[in-house]
Amino acid sequence: MATFFGEVLSVYSRAVEEDEEEVDENEEDAEIRRELEEKREVHLHWSPEVSESLKSGNKLPCSDFILAVGHNAARFLSVYALTSENWDALGRASVWNERSGGVASEESTCVFYRPKDNPAVLICQVTCYLAEDQLFQWTEKVFDCLQLRQLNVTVLSESSVSEFKTADYLSSSSAPFLRSLHSAAFSGKPVCKSLEQPNIVTGLQAAVLNHCEVHRIPSIVYQCYSDVIGPDSVTMETFKPTLTKLGKSIKLDPSPSADILRKIVRTTNIHSNLYI
Amino acid sequence: MSRVGYMHTDCLIPMTGNNPYATSNENAEELHTPAEVYTAAELKLAVLQIRAPIIQSKSKKFRQLLVSWIKSSGFSRAVVLSSSQAYQRDDQQMKGIPLRYLVTPSLLKDSEDALKELSWREMERVSAYPGLTDANTEPRLYVPGGEDIPLAVLILFCSEGDNIPDAFTLVNHLNDWLHLLDDPSQKPNKWKIPTSWNLLFGSGIPPALF
Repeated sequence: MATFFGEVLSVYSRAVEEDEEEVDENEEDAEIRRELEEKREVHLHWSPEVSESLKSGNKLPCSDFILAVGHNAARFLSVYALTSENWDALGRASVWNERSGGVASEESTCVFYRPKDNPAVLICQVTCYLAEDQLFQWTEKVFDCLQLRQLNVTVLSESSVSEFKTADYLSSSSAPFLRSLHSAAFSGKPVCKSLEQPNIVTGLQAAVLNHCEVHRIPSIVYQCYSDVIGPDSVTMETFKPTLTKLGKSIKLDPSPSADILRKIVRTTNIHSNLYI
Repeated sequence: MSRVGYMHTDCLIPMTGNNPYATSNENAEELHTPAEVYTAAELKLAVLQIRAPIIQSKSKKFRQLLVSWIKSSGFSRAVVLSSSQAYQRDDQQMKGIPLRYLVTPSLLKDSEDALKELSWREMERVSAYPGLTDANTEPRLYVPGGEDIPLAVLILFCSEGDNIPDAFTLVNHLNDWLHLLDDPSQKPNKWKIPTSWNLLFGSGIPPALF
């Protein structure tokens, strides 16, 4: 949640604040509200040939849509899939919100890829922050570009183990671990346990799964619960069991060299100065 | 009750999870979404459960959506179960039971006697700025208003924290009016508790503590 001036507030209360929007709203307030809303809109930028075909009404043919949400999930795909095959960057999504920090960075953090030899597969890596009010819109806009017939959706996502609730005590050795959640139309066998009640999934993975449930698209979310803040190779490895499923649609590198792993993990350590 | 539909809208924060009302292993892995509709044909009852908070800037849109859905569904009456912050109670409201109701004029016509019989308390109107006497400020309600559809709002004053007892208070209160369940006050408690109410205060504690 953001205040008017853009500070990020994390809200844990289950009470819903009632904003008295209609009470004293003058035209200027409404104008600011409208502009802010416009600025927060999600924009998809496709490569020329894709936007050309979308314009003429042909949606992207897609049998497998693989979405990685978060640094570990995105890097897992980078290491195991994107290095091993020739991929085309098809497009990207850009968002502006209170955490994107004024200027949109040059390096895009929500990119779509397609393998050169198999145009029916689409991969998306999302490592940027999407605000609560942008999740639904992102999902609607992306799925609006895809052919829904024979579409299968796999989402890899991650969360902190502190958000996982269980009656037993979770020792530190048990994390990271994987849980799955799938839509009613999904018919395969998940590679891990189903997410137990009372746990819930939120964020982009929830928005995508809700969309698939309502539109009867087979879809599964693999949520990794990790006890490490920031990307690390152990958490990335947790997604490995899903390779057996993903391998049917994309060529994968089952044992990437240690160099690739190291390179991908190291780049993020620079930001952490908590214990220096 | 059986699930019959979803309310799929951008006004709610996305969340999802497995079936909180699972009765067996077979239906435990059913996916549930932020707002779903359940019906019980024999009771002529439909329930819309909203599980996620409303996105702040979209409360107006969501209200319009709800009202148009209630209108188009042609319910003979609608009841909103809600709560209000306990800290907003003024001195006069702190006396007696923490439950209040509000009804729209069209429902009042039909249910006036029933409500009188129950001796429920209507929500008091509180002056907008307590302590200030201004002729221009009408005493107003600290809850959102609506259009004239047969609608009642049941309100419970409650605080942050474990609201499970509050939920029972509210549902028993509703049952006094609609008689969904015969005599729920009997022990053991006849209301079923969903699994989503477990572990409200987090996971198990480390055994090494003891």
